[in-house]
Amino acid sequence: MHIAIIGNGISGITAARYIRKMSDHNITVISAETDHFFSRTALMYIYMGHMRFKDTKPYEDWFWKKNRIDLLNAYVEKVDTQNKKLVLKGSSNLSYDKLIIASGSKSNKFGWPGQDLNRVQGLYSYQDLESMEKYSEGLKRAVIVGGGLIGIEMAEMFHSRHIPVTMLVREKNFWDIVLPIDESKMINRHILEHGIDLRLETELKEIVDDGAGQAKAVTTNKNETIECQFVGLTAGVSPNIGFLEGSGIETQRGVVVNEFLETSVPDVYAIGDCSQQRNPLPGRQPVEAIWYTGKMMGETLAYNICGKKTTYDPGIWFNSAKFFDIEYQVYGTVLANPPENHVSIFWEHHSGKKSIRIIYDKNTSEILGFNLMGVRYRHEVCEKWLREKVSVETVLQNLSLANFDPEFFDEYENDVIAMYNKQSGKHLQKKKKRSWNAVFDYLNT
Amino acid sequence: MSQVNKSMSLANPAPPFRDTIQKIAATIGAVGLLFLFVAAFGGFAGNQGLMLTVSLLLMTLGTIVFSWRAYSNQPEGIKNNGIWFSSLTNKGLWAWIAGIVITGFYVFLYWFPEYLGKVEEGVNTGLIGFFDPLSQVLKGTPASEWFVYGTLYTLAILIFGFKFILKYRHNTYQILRTISVMFFQLGFAFLLPEILQRLNQPYYDFKNMWPLNYYFFFDWNIEGFLNSGNIGLFMLVWGVVMIFAISPILTYFYGKRWYCSWVCGCGGLAETAGDSFRHLSDKSLKAWKIERWLIYSVLVFAVVMTVAVLFSFFSNNPENFAITKTSFLIIVLAVMAILGGIASRYRNDLKATGKYTYQIILSIISIISILTLIAYITGSWNVFFIDSYSLRSWYGFAVGAAFSGVVGVGFYPLMGSRVWCRFGCPMAAILGIQQKLFSRFRITTNGGQCISCGNCSTFCEMGIDVRSYAQKGQNIVRASCVGCGICAAVCPRGVLRLENGSVDISQRTAELKAIHIT
Repeated sequence: MHIAIIGNGISGITAARYIRKMSDHNITVISAETDHFFSRTALMYIYMGHMRFKDTKPYEDWFWKKNRIDLLNAYVEKVDTQNKKLVLKGSSNLSYDKLIIASGSKSNKFGWPGQDLNRVQGLYSYQDLESMEKYSEGLKRAVIVGGGLIGIEMAEMFHSRHIPVTMLVREKNFWDIVLPIDESKMINRHILEHGIDLRLETELKEIVDDGAGQAKAVTTNKNETIECQFVGLTAGVSPNIGFLEGSGIETQRGVVVNEFLETSVPDVYAIGDCSQQRNPLPGRQPVEAIWYTGKMMGETLAYNICGKKTTYDPGIWFNSAKFFDIEYQVYGTVLANPPENHVSIFWEHHSGKKSIRIIYDKNTSEILGFNLMGVRYRHEVCEKWLREKVSVETVLQNLSLANFDPEFFDEYENDVIAMYNKQSGKHLQKKKKRSWNAVFDYLNT
Repeated sequence: MSQVNKSMSLANPAPPFRDTIQKIAATIGAVGLLFLFVAAFGGFAGNQGLMLTVSLLLMTLGTIVFSWRAYSNQPEGIKNNGIWFSSLTNKGLWAWIAGIVITGFYVFLYWFPEYLGKVEEGVNTGLIGFFDPLSQVLKGTPASEWFVYGTLYTLAILIFGFKFILKYRHNTYQILRTISVMFFQLGFAFLLPEILQRLNQPYYDFKNMWPLNYYFFFDWNIEGFLNSGNIGLFMLVWGVVMIFAISPILTYFYGKRWYCSWVCGCGGLAETAGDSFRHLSDKSLKAWKIERWLIYSVLVFAVVMTVAVLFSFFSNNPENFAITKTSFLIIVLAVMAILGGIASRYRNDLKATGKYTYQIILSIISIISILTLIAYITGSWNVFFIDSYSLRSWYGFAVGAAFSGVVGVGFYPLMGSRVWCRFGCPMAAILGIQQKLFSRFRITTNGGQCISCGNCSTFCEMGIDVRSYAQKGQNIVRASCVGCGICAAVCPRGVLRLENGSVDISQRTAELKAIHIT
């Protein structure tokens, strides 16, 4: 059986690896982006000079041949599901028995005047990185449109090269559709601390053409004009599925799949950023463009293709990111605008660069979520607490189990407990000291 | 047209990559270094004391001001911007120049000290003469090439240690670790031995263990201890206890990091002066294979050489010591039997590291036992027609000088800062085996948070592909890991943590954590 995989990102590659672990099927991974799988999330570090491209490849180049995963550098123009073949650019074809669509995302453009000019782009692909590199030469100012994860990455990238950056953020505070207000404000401050020209509640109106088809400035909804030679469009991404038009595969925002990651057409599957769950699980979005969900979908689909029927279940929500120097982790339900029964214990370090937020249900005292800035928590412990819906007081007394900061770092469990005691009038105390043995015992009971 | 509001920026948004103050600081440091070259070619004669002080002060001042400007006006955090763009840190022209200069210095140091100004009978000249005044102050004798080396080595650890602390000032683990290596270098490796010598005691670095300190069991060293009364005896016993008791116990509790990245001088230089080159270590599987063959070969070489030297020592001095040829044979056979026992106890772990690892280890143990037995019967040590004296001079030349010195430090700018520690150090090999088989230490990974970005692997000075474990959710237990903690520091998603725990030593590497997939 020949399995063709469109896309060599984390989803497609994970599927290929697991299919190979479990079977002898022929596997072809097709990509026009790069010859080998690399970590997309590390593109910023190449630009910043922390790593070379080859350092972002999780497997050495001999790996693919050794594991009999064929790599094909080609661009899929059309999918012919009737005849089970792919039409490749340059008019060659590739037939398949089963097809996995893992074509990822593309950067959003919302119809801004001038959005297709030169020197205007998002940051998603290796080619985006190459053009960012090209346009950086002699760059006097970059304007970044969008206050989200990629926007702040792009700001950090230019900042590392000492290129002045203006960030236009539609919201009142950075990423406040996701982050609670205190955390949003912390990141505002941190962006400013780095000397980024952050403009909140400001939207892009138009990108101005220099007459030669290149961006030379932007105008905002406040009727300001900002001169720049680069515009980063980082207002989110959406599924990259244009090539599926006319294929008969059902698409909405993304390729619609069921819980087994099957599309509307037999023997065609979709995973990762480009897929859309027909019935998303509670607390989950239909389209989730996240590294680990791509990985989980890839593994789940491999089981399905190799005869072990498995439903896709990414489990309890978690995520992480880094905003310049501040790390961010989230476990469970943390809402920017929580309902009345979601109560927070919020502690912030005097430096203004670390905070811990623990959310619980006011009525049942059940633990709901953790939001960490500049502090690391242990995934498995938080997940177990959330899954077992333990009470917030149990969590607080055992909070050191979750501490994942390096040795000798200040520990803040007592501060968080004190915050709760103040709010509730109780006298809770930390029960345990931080130790791996305690964590191991807890996770294995 | 709107103006960018400059007052919002605490950090200047657009400074040049190196500002004027940094350029001046670099020049000051370079002038200090230049003084050493001038002195090497005979300059400053008659004025050495003053000019040496000025030279050392200029190098210190230059480095301190440079790093202060580089890190202190930015928010604290990871500072690896542009590391692959710089000629010095990406194997460019400056890296080759630095590599050649350092390598050249070591060649002169080990084999041609007379060109550095060493005069056996009479007054030193050149670079060594330049350090005479300092040596006189510290130990009351003229400088030797080793005094010059020790001083510069210690200075490098101190000033680049300062730089490292500034760079990682948000990270308590890094700060403490660096203060520790600075302390051990200055106190234990540099000042204490010189003071001991001044007091007519043996020159001894209490933290430098056999087999890194490969001459510990040489006749002249043992005789030196034995001729120095109680202090000497204490040193001898201390050295043996370090090897057989203190180091395994500490490695059991904390992993080999207690030595390699908290105490050791080689590690100390790698972590401070070598920090800018840590990313140059080769992460390929091939490099790992070469590493295992090389480092364990050096270990076997060190053991065979030491057994041979001790055997000759005891057979040549039958009347002087309580230990006879026969009791030495028994000791060697007993130690080999214990090692064989340990290998057999952990044979499954050993087989997991390579198809024939276990067999190779047993063969080596048998060969050493047989060689000792043959030597006992024939009365003289002869391995493949090489006597113990040649063995030891070959070891001194090939490993002690060429590998640990010339290659170990000279290749920093080309192969990364831990070339010696990774490919050569027999001490690291022993501690590594202990760490792999019976230690509470491991690096844990944090559930599903890894994004495979590769920062951990890139900045691992030992060339461990940390990412290959982290992305699987597998904890990391590698013989070579020195526990520097940089992988955990550079991880943007909080995935790695250095931990010690006793409950699950035998299952440390279990692939247990594909937790989110049914």
